[in-house]
Amino acid sequence: MTNVDVSYVSLLLALSLVMVAVVISSKEKLGLTKDIVASVIRTVIQLTVVGYLLYYIFNLDNVLMTLTMVLIIIYNASRQADKRNPNSKKKFFQSFLAIFLATSLTLLVLILSGAIKFIPSQLIPITGMIASNSMVAIGLSYREMNSLFRDQRQQVMEKLALGAPVKLASASIVRQSIRTAMQPTIDSAKTVGLVSLPGMMSGLIFAGVNPIFAIKYQIMVMFMLLSATSLGAVIAVYLSYTNYFNDRAQLDFEEEKE
Amino acid sequence: MIEFELKNLGLSNSEKVILDDINLTIEKGSHLTITGPSGSGKSSLLRILAGLVSYNKGSLLFQGQDLKDMDPVLYRRQVSYCFQQPVLFGQTVRDNMIFPFEIRNISFDQEKVLSALSRLNLGHEFLDKPIKELSGGEKQRVALVRNLLFEPQVLLLDEVSSGLDEKTKKLVRTFLKELNSNGVTLIEVTHDQAELEQAEQLLKIVGGRLAND
Repeated sequence: MTNVDVSYVSLLLALSLVMVAVVISSKEKLGLTKDIVASVIRTVIQLTVVGYLLYYIFNLDNVLMTLTMVLIIIYNASRQADKRNPNSKKKFFQSFLAIFLATSLTLLVLILSGAIKFIPSQLIPITGMIASNSMVAIGLSYREMNSLFRDQRQQVMEKLALGAPVKLASASIVRQSIRTAMQPTIDSAKTVGLVSLPGMMSGLIFAGVNPIFAIKYQIMVMFMLLSATSLGAVIAVYLSYTNYFNDRAQLDFEEEKE
Repeated sequence: MIEFELKNLGLSNSEKVILDDINLTIEKGSHLTITGPSGSGKSSLLRILAGLVSYNKGSLLFQGQDLKDMDPVLYRRQVSYCFQQPVLFGQTVRDNMIFPFEIRNISFDQEKVLSALSRLNLGHEFLDKPIKELSGGEKQRVALVRNLLFEPQVLLLDEVSSGLDEKTKKLVRTFLKELNSNGVTLIEVTHDQAELEQAEQLLKIVGGRLAND
């Protein structure tokens, strides 16, 4: 594995790449210099902590510890997804349930099929990939749903006025929100290997694994991401569209003030 | 028989009072016309009657029953609200005609739809016409048919004739009169002078209150 060992000197030299961003920010007066510096510091600290933590957990190889780590990842992803929801009546448990179910169902299939083993060094990174992709998909669905309810306010009201139940009055919005959430994953599945070599495969190739072997993992990753994003979006959208209505089946929402 | 009974009804939000102290009894089968300056609360009153907005003061009874105790979805199938500038759904007139059937979980009855369209002078050819090709008057008539495919007990009309030409206005008026004589209660908001002159029962709202003249 010597070919993946980056020396501290190389890492320090690579820091000069950050300077490119800093120079662009100050020359173009983007006002991002502070943000860039903060992001670099956070990257170094967060990843160092995670690196040592994972090292510890991998060596410990304890089921309870592994599952706790999986739950922490799911919780953090849910917090982020929830933050992206502009609806002021949003509920955290909806994001949590969506990511929890999407992640655990996908993991279950992967483990039962033997694609991955129930060991921390496989389970934790895969959980991270699934949860973060569901998080992005759910965040997209929330935003799409909010702008559709805003743009199609009257159409929804007309459907309600005709005597449609809330579910039927929101059906087209629900459908469109799920579609928007799934589109990026479908698009990337279509172009995978043609535009970019995705993370999992690149990592394995970097570590010296035969590309023929690496693609099998990547194919598995694409399958699992399709499942995780669609499950996550469907659950989150179906749980949360009712937040736009009150108990009298009236359209009732405002956007969260930033 | 009394259709609606409003007692001290009021609506306000954190910024202002929209309707205040509305006391009103509306008989079944009557034709009530509501007018008043813009922003006076007429449309809000109509939307409250439609169950699309909740009042936060007083009470509202529909046929003796408190609106708050009724299933809002079933109520709206009895008390139908027509928008001033209706939005049509989907691509064609047919998509709009299917919706009321879909809501009630019953299969589409083309004969029923064609006969309903013809009552407002919309021929067979309209059924599959793209909604983009409809004029303002045609859109309003399609929306009315959509509301009336399953005849409600009450029809609430929010300035539905405001964008129509004289000929269409007359057609819609005759149609509504016929509906009213069949027992459908009509409550409409209008600014149209001719409609105001012909009003059977006229109600004026100013600043969220019923005017006493």
